[in-house]
Amino acid sequence: MSNLAVLPIVIPLISSIILAFFHKKLPLVRSVAKLVSIINLFVVGFIITYVYNNGPVVLESGGWDAPFGIILVADMLSMTLVLTTNIIAVAAVFYAQHSLSQKQEEFYFYTFFLLLIAGVSGAFITGDLFNLFVFFEVLLMASYALIVLGGEKVQLRESLKYILINLFSSMLFVTTIAFLYSVVGTINMAQIAQRVQEVDQQGVLTTIGILLFFVFGTKAALFPLYYWLPKPYIVPNPVVSALFGALLTKVGIYSILRVFTLIFGHNPSFTHNFFIWIAGLTLVFGVIGALSTNNIKLIIAYNIIPAVGFMLMGIGVFNEASISGTVYYLVHDMIIKAVLFLIVGAIAYLAGTSDLRKMKGLIHHYPLLGWLLFVSGIVLAGIPPFSGFIGKLLLLQGAFSEGEIIIAIVGLLCSLLILTSVMRIFIRGFWGERDDSLTVHKKTARKLTIPIAFLLCFSILLGVGAELFYPSGASIANYLLNPEIYIEAVLKE
Amino acid sequence: MEIIMSILSGVLFTTGVYNLLQKQLLRIIIGTALISHGAHLFILTMGKLKRGAPPILEYHVDQYTDPLPQALILTSIVISFGVTSLLLVLAYRAAKENETDNMDLLRGNENE
Repeated sequence: MSNLAVLPIVIPLISSIILAFFHKKLPLVRSVAKLVSIINLFVVGFIITYVYNNGPVVLESGGWDAPFGIILVADMLSMTLVLTTNIIAVAAVFYAQHSLSQKQEEFYFYTFFLLLIAGVSGAFITGDLFNLFVFFEVLLMASYALIVLGGEKVQLRESLKYILINLFSSMLFVTTIAFLYSVVGTINMAQIAQRVQEVDQQGVLTTIGILLFFVFGTKAALFPLYYWLPKPYIVPNPVVSALFGALLTKVGIYSILRVFTLIFGHNPSFTHNFFIWIAGLTLVFGVIGALSTNNIKLIIAYNIIPAVGFMLMGIGVFNEASISGTVYYLVHDMIIKAVLFLIVGAIAYLAGTSDLRKMKGLIHHYPLLGWLLFVSGIVLAGIPPFSGFIGKLLLLQGAFSEGEIIIAIVGLLCSLLILTSVMRIFIRGFWGERDDSLTVHKKTARKLTIPIAFLLCFSILLGVGAELFYPSGASIANYLLNPEIYIEAVLKE
Repeated sequence: MEIIMSILSGVLFTTGVYNLLQKQLLRIIIGTALISHGAHLFILTMGKLKRGAPPILEYHVDQYTDPLPQALILTSIVISFGVTSLLLVLAYRAAKENETDNMDLLRGNENE
């Protein structure tokens, strides 16, 4: 049964290789990609019920014992995130064929798409630091190809910057692993955690922790390191933007969550206070960016940054309520960012522009799309019946109980401004007089709306059914705050 | 020996970062190559440069060099090869389409 842990990586990987052979036969490729995504979703669903009932699944690849071979660990946290990834993948694969041009689809879109899913799932599941680097590169390589797919002027320009910043941070990641290897002599996360615990995280280890934070912060777009994110995220096709916005930064946040609860959790007075400062600045700067522009895609791209700030705030506060809030918010934000990117992609396509000043009265032509945008805007801001509320409530509860009042107030104010920034799209774009000069594509609109509605259902379910999901969030937090469980499961002592 | 190697990889990082901050596209790519050299040299150094036989099993040898950093470097070299070749082709295309290789001019403006 331990082979279960590798399935979410292997299924998309193998099917992406097979699809590369038939890239010109579009109907075949499309249906295979859809089928594989749905099968993968069910497989992951099965694995998560198995993990829920029997505890973490640890796969020692090649039969080598834990610290010597590469291990894959499917625990509740990683499987929850893999499940969310696959839900988004299903919606994206159904959206893709209506938003991509035929030429883009023919040039290996589905291959790179499945490779991206494989890389993200691998990064969530792996239990080895260098292997995490390799999976980062797998997902980044796929993202490089996806961001430049189409080869427009602006895409070429922005992807160059995206690749350069990621190449630099990858090299820094390798250097940090070298540092860590020379200090603790291993690259297995559980064994690193054990050894760091033995020496009580002395000076040099905290330095290495901060270096790792710098690397993951670049991937996750935290305050001083977010400058690369907004523009490259709006140049590719909307479905690619949605995948990036939902998955890539969240891999960085997951890595911070994992590394700083498992390995570097022994000097919280320094590291975690530092996180709270960074989180506050990330929130403020992201919100300022979201309010500063009239480009609807750029508004959503800037909205990624405060969401990452919220999650980092949860990690910084570091008690049970705030960690479970972080996990809840992570899942919620992955789904809602995918929804918002897909919606603004559809709006930009249907209105023929992404400039807010040039559109008006879209609600007369596309009422369903408008109300979907409205609902996802209030889900994002955290209005009570929806999922953003519960995550933020837990985060604020954690912050107040630790006496971090200022960050809690900053968080609340930023939520208000996030709501403003998204509602501006709704008010300026959808309200107003009917625009009769617009050519209306009712049929395409319907096809684009179905995957969005599908994803938004999950988001609403996550909020309305909070009683169902809250206990597992709390148990994940409990698991993360007691790293001994992870170490014992891996090293079997 | 480790100290000399550390200084060398530090020098590689310095020159790499200096080149990254230049305006010309090709210089930036040379900078990334120098940085990855620095990083790979650093992994080798941090795995301790003890004297010993190459990591191949043979009779009558009781001390080997550490095989793990070498495997890590090999992996990392291949990955950075892949990324560098992609970057070179992309830079070629970008320079051709935008008709400039100056990073200052590749900035773009708000309303496009």
